[in-house]
Amino acid sequence: MFQISKENLMIQKTAREFARKELAELAAHRDAHHEFPGSSLKKMGDMGLMGMLVSETYGGSEIGPVGYALALSEIAYGCASTAVVMSVHNSICCGSIQSFGTDAQKDEFLRPMAQGTCIGAFALTEPEAGSDPQSLSCSAVKEGEHYIINGTKRFITTGKHAGVIILIARTGNNEPGRGLSAFLITHDLPGFSVGRMEDKMGQCASDTTDLLFSDCRVPASRLLGHEGQGFEIAMSGLDDGRIGIAALSLGLGMAALDQSVSYAKQRRQFGKQIAEFQGLRWMLADMDMDVDAARLMVLNAAALKQAGKHCRAQASKAKCYASEMAQRVTGQAIQIHGGYGYIKEYPVERFYRDARITTIYEGTNQIQRIIIANELLKDKKKK
Amino acid sequence: MEILVCVKRVPDSAENEIEMNSEGNDIERDDLVYSVNEWDNYAVEEAIQIVDKVGGTVTVVTVGDEDCDEILRREMAMGAEKGLLLNDDAFAGSDCKGIATILKGAVQKGNYDLVLTGAQADEGAGAVGGMLAAMLDLPYASLVNKIELGEGKLTIGREIEGGNREMNEITLPCVLSIQTGINEPRYVGIRGIRKVSGVEIPELSAADMGIDAASVGEAGAGVKKVDYFVPEKGEGAEMLEGSTDEIIAKLIEILKANGGL
Ligand SMILES: Cc1cc2nc3c(=O)[nH]c(=O)nc-3n(C[C@H](O)[C@H](O)[C@H](O)COP(=O)(O)OP(=O)(O)OC[C@H]3O[C@@H](n4cnc5c(N)ncnc54)[C@H](O)[C@@H]3O)c2cc1C
Ligand SMILES: Cc1cc2nc3c(=O)[nH]c(=O)nc-3n(C[C@H](O)[C@H](O)[C@H](O)COP(=O)(O)OP(=O)(O)OC[C@H]3O[C@@H](n4cnc5c(N)ncnc54)[C@H](O)[C@@H]3O)c2cc1C
Repeated sequence: MFQISKENLMIQKTAREFARKELAELAAHRDAHHEFPGSSLKKMGDMGLMGMLVSETYGGSEIGPVGYALALSEIAYGCASTAVVMSVHNSICCGSIQSFGTDAQKDEFLRPMAQGTCIGAFALTEPEAGSDPQSLSCSAVKEGEHYIINGTKRFITTGKHAGVIILIARTGNNEPGRGLSAFLITHDLPGFSVGRMEDKMGQCASDTTDLLFSDCRVPASRLLGHEGQGFEIAMSGLDDGRIGIAALSLGLGMAALDQSVSYAKQRRQFGKQIAEFQGLRWMLADMDMDVDAARLMVLNAAALKQAGKHCRAQASKAKCYASEMAQRVTGQAIQIHGGYGYIKEYPVERFYRDARITTIYEGTNQIQRIIIANELLKDKKKK
Repeated sequence: MEILVCVKRVPDSAENEIEMNSEGNDIERDDLVYSVNEWDNYAVEEAIQIVDKVGGTVTVVTVGDEDCDEILRREMAMGAEKGLLLNDDAFAGSDCKGIATILKGAVQKGNYDLVLTGAQADEGAGAVGGMLAAMLDLPYASLVNKIELGEGKLTIGREIEGGNREMNEITLPCVLSIQTGINEPRYVGIRGIRKVSGVEIPELSAADMGIDAASVGEAGAGVKKVDYFVPEKGEGAEMLEGSTDEIIAKLIEILKANGGL
């Protein structure tokens, strides 16, 4: 078995307890009513789950990618909407401010973020720039001690409820990797507003919004890193971000498998448990293998990251595999539940909807395959 | 206030499907996920809250082997300052009186104002707390669901049949068994986990506590489990199955059909 430290096992267990006692109970209601899991996120902050990669100096729990991935899977087991907020916040937002923020920015934002009292969002995607972020057009023009920002961001997780949003905007020309900069945006800035909330297929308790900037004046002190460093900042959180979404997908697969096992033992047709039919036993065996394979890939990527090794390809593989696993396994879970699987009263219906986005956000799986192939061919060339 | 809380490691009924073993004399224990007994968790939370108010220390103690380290650590991560593992081959197979005898040894090694147990655990019917109090010759109250602090005494609420409650004064030191619902146990935080993950937890053996090995464990057990089974379904009972909503719908139908609604 993959060796997990005692400490990380305890973290996994506490996250599991919280997810199963609290999140799983509320998930269906929150999904149906598109209700943001604010009260649960607050408790997660108290537990240290919102600052898992933040250093202790700034009040984080600094537990590293392995413990983080384990905890995030457990949270997703209970509620994938809560897990995506946790993932964006921890992997990308806390990570970028920790790596690129000034001391003052860390005091103002990272500290409350590590406590979960300020939740982070990350705004890269635009209506005309999705997989190709280099083409984004939201602009930031320096004017004295301010930047004037104009443009629209799309599909931003926690756009409405975030206390701070890391915005990637254009400050220069189209020169690859140089023309973008990152800014720390708060809702009080003049000229900034939240646009429409998307009506989504799944992960409905997490808000996904447009962000509108119309001559929005941002103090220069809110520039994260230096001018032109935006692309680097956006890419820096990607490994952790992909491990995060991989872990989230894993949690969905685990939940769907557990539900399927218990349903197959309980449901009777043709005078026996449906778990006795070979057709379903093979399906369950496939699901179990699939979940295990994803788990090992997630832990492998997280362990490499924790050891400070290059893990670009492993993070992409884990994200790609685990998200596709989540789609397969949640679909099979519905099949095993028969007609009941299609009904909202059973959680597998929600798992299936929640899993669908995981192959798309945090870099589509096509983009992941481009990265994996690039890494593969790059390594080959060296030999 | 110096508080000792007795905690037990039990199979987690939320995480396991409890099934009979093939010999039919116990539950199947392979691959079980264990946790701290639910009632004990409320007792630890209550102890932490008392110490937060008036100072002192919370010590958690369990009778068990190395595997029980995890529950002590969990309760310490929650906020109990000290842990104590009572571990000896001679303790295996103890009945409730044996467990109480061992715990008494631990209580006498310390200087506690208050000893808490859970109201009950996975086996037995809440016998340990009462026996422990009697052995220590201390006042005892069971099923406590409220504690107010006083000078040299506590005012405690107890749950009574039919949903009534009584209030009592009890002098310290004393033993209380704690009912669920007395508080809302906190979730264990990562900072707590990091604090305790490397801590050495002291162990005491029968000899350390001056306990006669023949008085505890299988040797000393006057109560022995001879059978363990799921009772046959009786006549006249109908088990409703399905999700909670389905069960409610069926129940309403039955009540209507029989003139109950
Ligand atoms: C619920 C949700 C939450 C999100 N949260 C955030 C967030 O918090 N922050 C944020 O910035 N964004 C967020 N996004 C946006 C998300 O990251 C993008 O949707 C994603 O990157 C894809 O971009 P797109 O939708 O514009 O699709 P497009 O880029 O238009 O892609 C369309 C299709 O073309 C394929 N494709 C594109 N380029 C290539 C290529 N070179 N080779 C092969 N195939 C290609 C894609 O894989 C896809 O199948 C979120 C989206 C959703 C739905
Ligand atoms: C939206 C919707 C509309 C419907 N409309 C109608 C309708 O108009 N009229 C109507 O009568 N019914 C209707 N149904 C019911 C539908 O036909 C049943 O849900 C379907 O036949 C499956 O039965 P079940 O849900 O009881 O699943 P089960 O029969 O319990 O099946 C559960 C799982 O066990 C598997 N399984 C069962 N037996 C075996 C076996 N021997 N070998 C291998 N695998 C097995 C199944 O394939 C499935 O994967 C509807 C259901 C839905 C969800």
